[in-house]
Amino acid sequence: MTDQRSAPPVLVLDHATKRFGAVRALEDGSITLYPGEAHALLGENGAGKSTLVKILAGVYGADSGELLIGGEPVTFNGPGASRAAGVSIIYQEPTLFPDLSVAENIFMGRQPLGVGRRIDRAAMNRAATEIFARLGVQLDPSRVARGLSVADQQIVEIAKALSFNAQVLVMDEPTAALTTVEVGRLFEVIRTLRAQGAAVLFITHRIEEAFASCQRVTIMRDGSFVRTAPIEEVTVEDIIRSMVGRDLDALFPKTPAAPGEVVLDVEHLCRDGVFYDISFQVRRGEIVALAGLVGAGRTEVARAVFGIDRRTSGTVRVRGEALPNGKPLAAMNAGVALVPEDRRQQGLVMEMSIDQNVALASLRRLRRFGLIWRSRERELATTWATRLQLRFSRMGNTVSTLSGGNQQKVVLGKWLARNPSLLIIDEPTRGIDVGTKAEVHRLLDSLVVDGLAVLMISSELLEVLGMADRVIVLREGRIAADLTRAEADEDSIMRAATGQSPAAAA
Amino acid sequence: MTSDLPTMTPVTHSHSVVENGNGAPWRALLRWESALVVVLIGALVFGSSESPNFLNPTNFFYIGMNMGEVAIMALPLTLVIMTGEIDLSVASMLGLSGAVMGYLFSNGWSIWLAMAAALVVGVLGGAVNGLLVAKVGLPSIAVTIGTLALFRGIAEILLAPRTVTGFPSSLTTIGVVPIPGTQIAYSAAIFLGLAVVAGIVLHATPLGRALVAIGLQPEAAQFSGIRVNRIKIWLFVLSGVVCAFAGILLTLKNASVSYDAGTGLELNVVAIVLFGGVSIFGGRGTVIGVVLAVAIVGALQQALTQMNVQPEVQNIVIGVLLLISVVIPNGGEAIRRIRDRARRHA
Repeated sequence: MTDQRSAPPVLVLDHATKRFGAVRALEDGSITLYPGEAHALLGENGAGKSTLVKILAGVYGADSGELLIGGEPVTFNGPGASRAAGVSIIYQEPTLFPDLSVAENIFMGRQPLGVGRRIDRAAMNRAATEIFARLGVQLDPSRVARGLSVADQQIVEIAKALSFNAQVLVMDEPTAALTTVEVGRLFEVIRTLRAQGAAVLFITHRIEEAFASCQRVTIMRDGSFVRTAPIEEVTVEDIIRSMVGRDLDALFPKTPAAPGEVVLDVEHLCRDGVFYDISFQVRRGEIVALAGLVGAGRTEVARAVFGIDRRTSGTVRVRGEALPNGKPLAAMNAGVALVPEDRRQQGLVMEMSIDQNVALASLRRLRRFGLIWRSRERELATTWATRLQLRFSRMGNTVSTLSGGNQQKVVLGKWLARNPSLLIIDEPTRGIDVGTKAEVHRLLDSLVVDGLAVLMISSELLEVLGMADRVIVLREGRIAADLTRAEADEDSIMRAATGQSPAAAA
Repeated sequence: MTSDLPTMTPVTHSHSVVENGNGAPWRALLRWESALVVVLIGALVFGSSESPNFLNPTNFFYIGMNMGEVAIMALPLTLVIMTGEIDLSVASMLGLSGAVMGYLFSNGWSIWLAMAAALVVGVLGGAVNGLLVAKVGLPSIAVTIGTLALFRGIAEILLAPRTVTGFPSSLTTIGVVPIPGTQIAYSAAIFLGLAVVAGIVLHATPLGRALVAIGLQPEAAQFSGIRVNRIKIWLFVLSGVVCAFAGILLTLKNASVSYDAGTGLELNVVAIVLFGGVSIFGGRGTVIGVVLAVAIVGALQQALTQMNVQPEVQNIVIGVLLLISVVIPNGGEAIRRIRDRARRHA
């Protein structure tokens, strides 16, 4: 391996800040990339990684700080400027034109022209083949993009970046939806890119991937740079401590569980094309986590249990009572609550007031003489606002005025007000600051101690490991492992989720 | 009704002319409904300046008689638009109902059975709209443009080119005389009664809150256990049956019916609802606003008629007034939504 640090850095971002109104999305965005290195950017959700990426992409302009490309200070006034300067971004969900060919996607807007300004397809396909050869991948440039796997779509995006002569490739969580084999191929491609002198900034949730593919690592927390280190000088524990900034016990308060009788009993649940033969139980006083890769079917299982989606076959019982298919109201009346993944679209009516949102799932209970009484509604909301330490200025304000963490508390209040026996909570702390995160975790823990059964879905491995009493790992719509708290660790969950260990599939 | 509910304040999500100052006491003065009150007073002042007899009680009877059917149809449409849907087939349903009633009556059915059949047709027609929108998932604007043509077409097959007359005079006089001892038209009284019911349902019941939630965020409504599709189906059925009822009233008032009764009225009905401050995007609006809009349009029409302004010019004046009124509250919101959408796709 060559010593890339002898060369001057290709990109330096120094003390960049970005605010949105009163929210500081980025306090100190700093990163240095050298040619020929793969550099991991790690941090929890909300640490400021995406904001940093968007500044590099030219989507946001930094409020202050400096960006140097090849030693020269630059200001990007849009994504085009960033690309022209040699920075290309590969997003987690590629955005290709599905009805155009692979080569047309790569050369969109810059197609080689032949006689009479007609697109020279042969030349275009040749150029695309050349790039794929450089990347060491096999892909037919003349096929349409529709039907390509996510991994292949990423390859097309990478090829597109190379066609712009990108010196810096930023990959925003590229592995989140990939299988193990595909991740391996992506790492190969990254190696090839490095060998050709490009710098790769690799953003990931999975710490072990940083060790597998990167030379250096930068860690961010709460919008700020924490440290950059060569990968061989850090351990997984170091990285976690830097990411979280405190002891794990403080972030994940966990009282040892004393599981009681079965609350949720799911048997052979199936939704054709989405998930198959899902059977599990959740008991009083325990948290069961559904883990797995994006697209493994975790959210879909929760939706089918609650009745948002219809199931093809299988049974769902809550405290022994079978739930009818596709009826959320029946599930609610049986004691099920669902805090959905997408707070802004599914959890809350953003333009309704705080108290009306808290009351929305309890309207029938608030009714007297058939009417809703504002005073009773306000009382209910005040009770839960106090109990959940909601920070707000006026009950009548719309929930859109609240921060993400406080919005999540409103969703929690809305469901806890129904006094459920089973709480399904999908991504409990997504987009929430670290302080509120710990509050949500403490709340979940105390609810469970009081006898609530919780089914938790989380993409954050730390959250799963910190909070769950049992972990059910899904892979491609099937249960890949059912792990006890003692058995569950980063390794066993990721192995089951990516299908590396046949032994784990019980 | 509401006097014994001292703690209940109506739950409203109306347009405010000014967006800031959330909750400030003076904000009430800037609500859309307050603006409508001012416009109504303006219309009455305008009317009496043009005709000294304008504020004569008999005039109010005429306003009520002229506006009754349109006003009644505006109420279920208000609820439909609250959920973010629309029903453009209202006037065709009114026409079909009259045609069914006239057809059956002229074929020897009793007037009561003919009217009952018209109401049944209203239920069925509304169910067609509702099922296509909620179960099949088609956009209501397309579905109800389709049934707009369909209902009118059926009416034409049933009745054209005839005009049916000879309805019992005991019933037809009801359409053209006030309630004894008052100057209130029967159809206006029915409208006011239904408006009170609609207002209570929309602003103070779980169903009304559900309508608002569906209009603002249908997915969140579904995740809160609100049966979105079921509610939408029943709203279209309600719209169908109420429009059929309006068709019966119109037939009795005219003492005659032809297949083209009420053609084009859907635009008046939609315009009144939007003029009343109900957002075309759903989730915002009040029944009191719609009632005020009915009063304003009625008063203006009456004033223009007394000035011997031709009906065509009246339509232009009212059309322009409505357009302006719809642009003011919805313009800002439309721009905001387009911007949000662009941002989401960025």
